[in-house]
Amino acid sequence: MWKDRLRALFSDSPPAEPSPVSALPAPASGAPTLVSKSVPREITRHSHAFEQMLHILRDHQNLQILDLGEVNQDNITFLTSLGHRLYSEDLLRTVDSIFGEGDPAITHISAARQHEFFEQVLAFPQGHFDAALIWDNFEYLTKPLLDPIMFRLLNIVRPGGVMLACFHADARDTNAPFYSYRIRGTGEIQVSTKSHRRLVHPFNNRGIEQLFQPCSSVKFFLTRDALREVLVRR
Amino acid sequence: MWNRRREEESLPRPSSQPPLSSDLAREGIPMSTMPARGAEIGFGERTASIGKSVVVKGQLFSREDLYIDGEVEGSVEMQESKLTVGPNGRVQAGVKAREIVILGTVHGNVEAGDKIDIRKDAKLVGDIRTTRIVIEDGAYFKGSIDISKPEVKPAARPPQSAAVAPAAQPATATATAGEAKR
Repeated sequence: MWKDRLRALFSDSPPAEPSPVSALPAPASGAPTLVSKSVPREITRHSHAFEQMLHILRDHQNLQILDLGEVNQDNITFLTSLGHRLYSEDLLRTVDSIFGEGDPAITHISAARQHEFFEQVLAFPQGHFDAALIWDNFEYLTKPLLDPIMFRLLNIVRPGGVMLACFHADARDTNAPFYSYRIRGTGEIQVSTKSHRRLVHPFNNRGIEQLFQPCSSVKFFLTRDALREVLVRR
Repeated sequence: MWNRRREEESLPRPSSQPPLSSDLAREGIPMSTMPARGAEIGFGERTASIGKSVVVKGQLFSREDLYIDGEVEGSVEMQESKLTVGPNGRVQAGVKAREIVILGTVHGNVEAGDKIDIRKDAKLVGDIRTTRIVIEDGAYFKGSIDISKPEVKPAARPPQSAAVAPAAQPATATATAGEAKR
């Protein structure tokens, strides 16, 4: 009996039930595979950062809100029902369409392509937005893109405006789950794993502080999943 | 010699002459090329269509529903009807319609009195102004969304005098004229 138990403990056979990770799509060839971390495909949880942002959104009317994530029905319905105007700018999709999907090798970008990119992205007047939902986009941008985007973002969000950003908790996990974010109600956010994507620019806390250095305040929120949420006041 | 008249009748028409519409109707050949997918996306028999090899540049006005599967550049205005941009459709125009369904690509500002429906794989670059919006996952949208509250129509009053009745007449007459054009 005990022999059987020991054999079961130390055997190399796969577990009977598949882990949540095995249900996820396989990462792109050449990318390191995800080994151990158990990531649920979809969770709906409370977001303290979004809840705080929501206080501002509820207290005002006709705000201009920028969403840099993939467009979805839930975010549109929720934000427009509060009486605000939503601007959708799927940043990563534009990056992928111009520079190729998730190319981590980009260290130098020609001026022509950069010009083409910035003609399409974040071309708004100064101080146009009252709030911006950045989600985790910054982690997938290379340095030559990140700095000008950050500069432009700080320009188009008015002083006093709020920005919500997310960062993966483990900056070493370069092949991280690629999430989509849906607002599910008051302070609730549904985080769904769409695929895996290489983190081009992982941030630690110090890096996040430096990124938002020109802003008046940066607040960190720890979550139960593998994300850090940051609420920034411009 | 006896059969000369019959031979003349049986001779085919020269190919340079276009077939008459009455001939086409007799042979059962459709005048417009409706895409097979049309029925799936809900446009009825009374929908005008622009086929996928058609390019239109200029202003489009329509009182009937319109299906665009080709290219349109300019402006599209059809305040009382529904516009469907098919999967092959490429519209580079400002669009105003009662209802807009997008399966293809639209570059330009769109305004719908009733509803905008952006389907998976559709691409819309421009600002939206509508009362209701439905957007499927996988669609690409870049621009602003302005949800305007639907106009609350005042409750219809019972007719108090005979002068009200003729006012309703022209609208009916216009609609009938539109039908007759088809």
